[in-house]
Amino acid sequence: MDIEKRIAELAERLAYIRDIFGERDNANITLLASKLDEFSEREKTAQPPEKVRLLQQLEELFVFLEKKLETDLTPMDRVRIVRHPLRVSLKDILENVYDNYTEIGGQDEYSIDPSMLIARAYITRRRGDKVFHQPVMVIGQEKGHGQEFRNGGSVKPWGNAKALQYMKVAEIERIPIHAYVSTPGAFPVEDYPGAAQQIARNIYEMAGLRTPVVSVISEGGSGGAEAIGLSDLRLMFSHGYYSVISPEGAAAIESGIRQGQRAPAELIEACARRLKITAQDNLDMGYIDRIVQEPHLGARAYHYDFFKSLRQEIIKATDEVYLRMGGLNFFRARAVARNKAADAAEAENMYVSWTLDDAACDRLVWRRYQKYRNMAKQAFIDMRTPSTRFFSRTQNLLWSGYSFIRYDFLGKHEKKIGKALRDVEGEVRVVVNKITAPLRRGKPKNAVLACDPEKKQKLLELSQPEQGVCLDDWGWSYVSPRAREDKAVTCPNARISGCLDLWAPDLYGDFAGVCAHCGHHFPMEYQWYLSNVFDKDSILEFNAEIEAGNPLEYPGFDKKLEDAKKKTGRKSSCITFEARIDNVKIVCATLYSAFRGGSVGAAEGEKFIRALARARKKHYPFLAYVHGTAGIRIQESLNGLIQMPRVTMAVRRYIEAGGLYLVLYDTNSYAGPVASFLGCSPYQFSIRSANIGFAGPGVIKETTGIDIPPDYHRSYQALARGHIQGIWDRREVRKNLKQALLTIGGRNLYYR
Amino acid sequence: MIDVKTILEEIKAAPYEEIEITAPHTGVINFEITTPGVKVAGSSGTYREKPGTLLAAITREHNAKPIHASVNGEVSHIRSDLDGKFVEAGEPLMVVRHFLTKDEVVEAILQKVLFLFTAPERAKYYFIPSADKKIKASGCRSVTVKPGMELFIVSRMKREKPLNYEGPEGIIYAVYFDHDQNVDMGGPLIGVCPEDQTGVIQDVINRVQSDWEERS
Repeated sequence: MDIEKRIAELAERLAYIRDIFGERDNANITLLASKLDEFSEREKTAQPPEKVRLLQQLEELFVFLEKKLETDLTPMDRVRIVRHPLRVSLKDILENVYDNYTEIGGQDEYSIDPSMLIARAYITRRRGDKVFHQPVMVIGQEKGHGQEFRNGGSVKPWGNAKALQYMKVAEIERIPIHAYVSTPGAFPVEDYPGAAQQIARNIYEMAGLRTPVVSVISEGGSGGAEAIGLSDLRLMFSHGYYSVISPEGAAAIESGIRQGQRAPAELIEACARRLKITAQDNLDMGYIDRIVQEPHLGARAYHYDFFKSLRQEIIKATDEVYLRMGGLNFFRARAVARNKAADAAEAENMYVSWTLDDAACDRLVWRRYQKYRNMAKQAFIDMRTPSTRFFSRTQNLLWSGYSFIRYDFLGKHEKKIGKALRDVEGEVRVVVNKITAPLRRGKPKNAVLACDPEKKQKLLELSQPEQGVCLDDWGWSYVSPRAREDKAVTCPNARISGCLDLWAPDLYGDFAGVCAHCGHHFPMEYQWYLSNVFDKDSILEFNAEIEAGNPLEYPGFDKKLEDAKKKTGRKSSCITFEARIDNVKIVCATLYSAFRGGSVGAAEGEKFIRALARARKKHYPFLAYVHGTAGIRIQESLNGLIQMPRVTMAVRRYIEAGGLYLVLYDTNSYAGPVASFLGCSPYQFSIRSANIGFAGPGVIKETTGIDIPPDYHRSYQALARGHIQGIWDRREVRKNLKQALLTIGGRNLYYR
Repeated sequence: MIDVKTILEEIKAAPYEEIEITAPHTGVINFEITTPGVKVAGSSGTYREKPGTLLAAITREHNAKPIHASVNGEVSHIRSDLDGKFVEAGEPLMVVRHFLTKDEVVEAILQKVLFLFTAPERAKYYFIPSADKKIKASGCRSVTVKPGMELFIVSRMKREKPLNYEGPEGIIYAVYFDHDQNVDMGGPLIGVCPEDQTGVIQDVINRVQSDWEERS
C-alpha cells in the first residue's frame, strides 16, 4: 500500500513536471518517464525488498533530475508554476506558517469574493519561559488549488474593497499586515465600486496606512497585485513572477492578433523573457527586497520545509520593519541585518515587540514614501546638464524655504491676526449700529437706494455685440488641422439621433469638435486644450528634458520610442507645466495619447511626481488633464507598474498637505493610471464622450467571457457608477475649471 | 372575418420580405456587392454592435459613408447602372430579400389577426381576481373580453388602480406579461381575437411550426 502511494506520488510529480515544461522536449523528463514505466513493469514481478530498493533509487533519481531541471526553467515555466493547481496557496500558508488563524470576511464560496482571503492569525514566540502570541492580519488572493469559485485569484472590485476594510481594521488595532499576492490580475468589471477605482482607493489608503505591511509575491499580476502589494518590505517567492502584464497579453499586443486568436507560443516565451518578470530580475531592479527560496520546481502543499523557512522569513521581515522604526533596538537590528543572507533560523527565538507609537507610525509612513520614491530612478533618461540640475535643486530649496516662511510661518500668524481683526471689526460694527440707531430711525426701511445712472444703464440694457462682448467666445486660439480639410464628417450617433453631417471646418473649428445636433465630442488634439483652456501665453513647461527610455532593452522598442519622439517633438507622454486659468496659477500634468498612446512609464511617473512636489511647495492647485492614456507602458514592465503606487503616494502627500488635486479625463483613459494616481482623486471629471475604465472590451471578453455593451466605458456610465463627479462640455472646460478652483479644494492653496 | 388561411397562403407564395436599400442622402454611390444572389448578414453581436455586411458606400463632400445590411438575406437586385454615379436621396439602390423564419411568420400572422391591448404606462399589471382565477383554472382562452370591461389592476409603487379593456370583443388568445414584471408603456398586455378564429389560428401556427422550412 505504501509503495503504491509512493508510486502515485512520483507519477504526480512527473505530471507536474510535464505541465511546467509545457510542450518543450527535455531529455531528463523523457528519462524520468521511461524509468517510471520501467519500474511499473518490474514492480509486478519483483519481490518486496527489491521493490523498496528500486523505488528508493527512482525517488533519488527524481530528486536529482528535478534539481537538474531547475536550471532549465525559463521565465514562462515559472509562470506555469505559479498558475499550477498544485502551487502552494494562501490557505496552505495559513495552516503551516501561522500558529492559529480565523478566516474572516467569508468562508470558501460563502464570501463576497472567495478569491480574496482574509484571516486574523497569530505567530507564537517565546521569550524565556513566556509565550507571546503576536497577532497579524493576513490578506491575500486565494487560488484554492483549482477551486472554480476562487476565480483563479482574480479579485473582483468588492473583494479588494473587503481587503481595504480589513487593512483599516488592522490599522485601528495596530497589528501588522501580511499581504500574500497571488493573482493573475484583477477581474476587470466596472460594476460598483469598479475595478480601477477600487484599486486606486486601496493604493491611496495603503500609502498612508499607519501599520507595517509586509508583502509576499507569488503571482504578481499587474493592477491586481498592486491592490494589496504596497508595503514596507517586499518578499518574493523564488519561482514567482511579478509583471505589468501576463506574457500572453504582451504577446497578443506585440503580434497584433485579434480577439479570440492565440499568440504563438514562441512569442509568449520571448515576451516572458523580455518583460523581466522573475524574482531575480525584480530583485536586481530593486522592486523587491528579498527572495524566499522555494524547493526545486516550485513550492507545493507538501513541502513542509518550505513553510518553515517562509515562517522564519516573514517573522524576520516583520521584525525588521518594526526595528527600523527606532526604539531600543541596537543589537536586534544588527542581528536581523546580519541574518539577511543566512537561513534566519534564529528569527523566532529573538523577541521583537510588534507595536509602534504615534511618532514611529509617522516615520513608518514617511519611510514607505521614501522607499517608493527612490524606485525606478534609473529607468528614465535625464538629459539635464549638471548645472541645470544644480539650478533646479537650488530652485526647489528656495521654493521650500519660501513656502515655509510665506505659508507655514507668516501665513499662520497672518491668519491669526486676520481673524482677530475681523472679530474686532464685527464687534465695532455692532456697537456703531447700536449708537447710530436713533439717527437712522427717521428713514424708511425699504427705501430705494440711489444708483449711479451709468451703472443703472449698464444693468438694464442688453449687451452690445458690436463692442465685441459676444464675439469673444467664438474665437479659439488653437484650431485643429483637421479643420482645414474640405470634407463632411458623420457623427457616430447619426443613426440614433439623426445628426446631420457636419462640415469639417465648422466641426473642428467653431464647434470645437462637438456635434451641433447631439453634442457628441469628437476627439481633439491636446494642443487645443493647452491653447484654449489656459490664459494666453501663461504656460511654462518644466522638466521637459526627462525622457522616456527603454530600461529593459526591449527589442524594437528603441525604434518605436524614437518614432514617437520624432512625431510629437516631445520626449515623453507627460507634459508638466505651470499655467493660469483666469489668473489663478495652477500646476498641470497632461498625459496625451499621441505619444505611445499616453502610456505611463518611469519618465512619466517621475514628471508627475515632480510636478506634484512643485504644486505642493508653491501652494498651487494641481490639474491632471488626461487627454488619453492606454495604461502602463508594458515594455518597461515593473519600471512602469511601480509608478502606480509611486505616483499615488506623491498624490497623497500633496492632498494631505492641503492641495487640490483635480483630474479631468478626455478621450480614452484606461488601466494602470486610472487604477492608481488618477482614480484616487476625490474630484474626477470627464469631458463628454470620453471612455473611462480598467480594461478594454477585448480584454474583458477574453478574461471574463462577458460581452459588454458598447457604451460600457462611456463617461455617463462612469458617472452613474459614481466613479467620476461630473461631465463637462469641451467648450466649457475653462469655465468649469475656474468654478471648480473656486468651490472645491484643499486648505493650503495660495488663493484661498 | 379574417381569413387566416389566405394570409398563410400569401406568406407561402412569397416567403420573404423584400427590403429596399435606398440612398440615405445625395452622393456618389460605390457598390461593394456587385452581383445579385450574394448572401448578406445583418448586424450581429449581443448588443447588435457589429455592423452587417458592407453593401455600398456613398460619398458626399469627401465623406464616404458605409451602407450595411440590416438583416440576413440575399441580394436580389442591384442597380449596377448607378455604380460610381451621383444619386439623389431616397434613390433605390438594391433589394435584399430576407427569408422569414418560423417565428417571424407566426408573428406576422398574429399581428394581422390579433388585437393587441397595450399598457398605458410603465407598471406591473395583474388580472382582476375573477379573470385571474379563470385563467389559472382553464387557460387564457376561457376568458371573453368586452369593451369597457374591468380586466386589469395597474400597480405602480404600491399604488393600485383598475384598468378597463378597450377594443373589439373576443377571447384572450395570448398573455404577454408576467405578474411580477414591469411592462413598459406601449408594451402589449394581451392579444385578443374573435372566438370562432382561435381554432383556425392555432391550426395555422401548428402548421407553420411543423412545416415551415427556414432558409438562411
